[in-house]
Amino acid sequence: MKSIPLQSRLPRTLRIAQVRKETDMVTTFMLPISLGSLPGQFLMLWLPGRDEIPMSIALDDGENLQVTFFAVGDMTQALAKLKAGDLVGIRGPFGTSYAWEKKQHLALVAGGYGAAPMFFAASKAAQDGCTLDVIIGARSREHLLYQQSFASLPRTTVHIATDDGSEGHKGYNVTVLAELLSSGVKFDQIFACGPERMLVAVSDLAAKEGTKCLLSLERYMKCGYGLCGNCTVDPLGIRLCTEGPVVEGSLARQIAEFGKYHRDELGRKHPF
Amino acid sequence: MKLTQTVHGVTFENPTVLASGIWGITAASWRRAAEAGGAGGITTKSIWLHEHKGHPNPTIISTEHWTLNAVGVPDAGPEKAREEMAAYMINKPAPLILNIIAESVENYGKTAEALLPMKPDFLEVNISCPNVEDEFGKPFACSAPAAGAVTKAVKAVAGKTPVFIKLSPNALSIAEIAIACAKEGADGFTVINTVGPGMAIDLRSRMPILSNKVGGMSGPAIKPIAVRCIADVYAATEGKLPIIGTGGVHTGEDAIELMLAGASLIGIGTAISTRGFDVFKKVAAEMQEWGEREGVEDLEELVGGMHEEMRRRAVIAK
Repeated sequence: MKSIPLQSRLPRTLRIAQVRKETDMVTTFMLPISLGSLPGQFLMLWLPGRDEIPMSIALDDGENLQVTFFAVGDMTQALAKLKAGDLVGIRGPFGTSYAWEKKQHLALVAGGYGAAPMFFAASKAAQDGCTLDVIIGARSREHLLYQQSFASLPRTTVHIATDDGSEGHKGYNVTVLAELLSSGVKFDQIFACGPERMLVAVSDLAAKEGTKCLLSLERYMKCGYGLCGNCTVDPLGIRLCTEGPVVEGSLARQIAEFGKYHRDELGRKHPF
Repeated sequence: MKLTQTVHGVTFENPTVLASGIWGITAASWRRAAEAGGAGGITTKSIWLHEHKGHPNPTIISTEHWTLNAVGVPDAGPEKAREEMAAYMINKPAPLILNIIAESVENYGKTAEALLPMKPDFLEVNISCPNVEDEFGKPFACSAPAAGAVTKAVKAVAGKTPVFIKLSPNALSIAEIAIACAKEGADGFTVINTVGPGMAIDLRSRMPILSNKVGGMSGPAIKPIAVRCIADVYAATEGKLPIIGTGGVHTGEDAIELMLAGASLIGIGTAISTRGFDVFKKVAAEMQEWGEREGVEDLEELVGGMHEEMRRRAVIAK
């Protein structure tokens, strides 16, 4: 008996191949499947009987897929208890992705678990001969993600910023980016994924420098394929599940709510 | 071919309307559906009198044939709806149809009253949502007395705003429900809401995929049901009350088929996920192209065209 091909809009369950604890709070699942995903895209991860949430893809190498998440809410805490062999459902990939040209010089700014999708972009861009400056930001040293993985990539310099100074620059990763720019480093593009206020700061810097930047924005999502309208942003009405999550900085700056508020499942506004 | 449609004195640039429940949460999305998307009109999501939580995810799943949704009609209530409607009314790009829902006959009237000051062009009354049945039992749309009572309650407060009752394909006789609503003064109908509910099971986990287990079915597969229901309602009301035909429309030809059954306006929702947010523009262009090829000058002559043709042939046969 043969199955019809995996339909991206219908979840299909599979068994987790491997669970890796990145930190106390952060877990990575390795799933034995490829969705043909591109860096920056996301999938919907379903725990049967519980919930389904959007999750950025940390790697899709054509055979295996990886997602990394913080156990912060009920669903992610339930996910963090899963072991190899447990079932999860996935559907996707959804949304826009990061794009670059061969041999470009890229700055990759990753805040918190934004490091995971940024690693996917970095690993693919490195294969295209790009030179990378990766700036990872976290609360403290034990919250740094994918540091060794980034460091193992060719033509890649890893910069660290921690809020408490336990490793690297004490303060924000955006400050490190600003220092690189003011020291005269020219980037072809800047990619950023992390808290929205960090994205605003990156887009400000990029606009000032006249450098193209691509930012990954997050909103409450249900369908993932542009139908329900939960992730539309004011005043453009664009859907971040299909016309995002990766958007150009110039577009993000036309979004009135960028860095200011987001909406819950009822459509009610909440400030960042 | 003229694409504009005037229904109860309200002019739609083309007959396509954003269906309720899709994209309907914010003024920004309504505006985009109308301006860049080309929708001739837009319908809000269903608004409750009080905040109403939806179901957990998964709430929407699709294949190429069908979409199942059990979003659960989440809504923040009239205050937020008023804010969004006010934002949309500034340089309103297309007519606004306000969709309301309630758990009791009394609250239908109250919800309409709370929002009518925002001056929607039409009021659409959702008596037929299949995915809150666990909460509220069978929808009002499956009982002629209940559907009539809701119509009466809304008409009592609606004043001059035309009231469209959104009917369910699940009623044993949709004609009977339509007649009951018409007797209480309904000004038109939206036909149909989603079908079912349906269910999808994941094989490995042996669990229903939707968190609500069941969900209303939409998508290409439901079009024949929509066509039949529209034809039934049109015949039962002798074509006197306008119908917003909704269900499975993806192309201009689909839209024309619903018009021949009796629809004056065409609701489009699920097709956004396959043809893009500008599906309205595409469907309108396809209708135009078809009309010109077939020598149809005014869309209005298509409305109820099947009934007219059947009568004509019956007369000839005699």
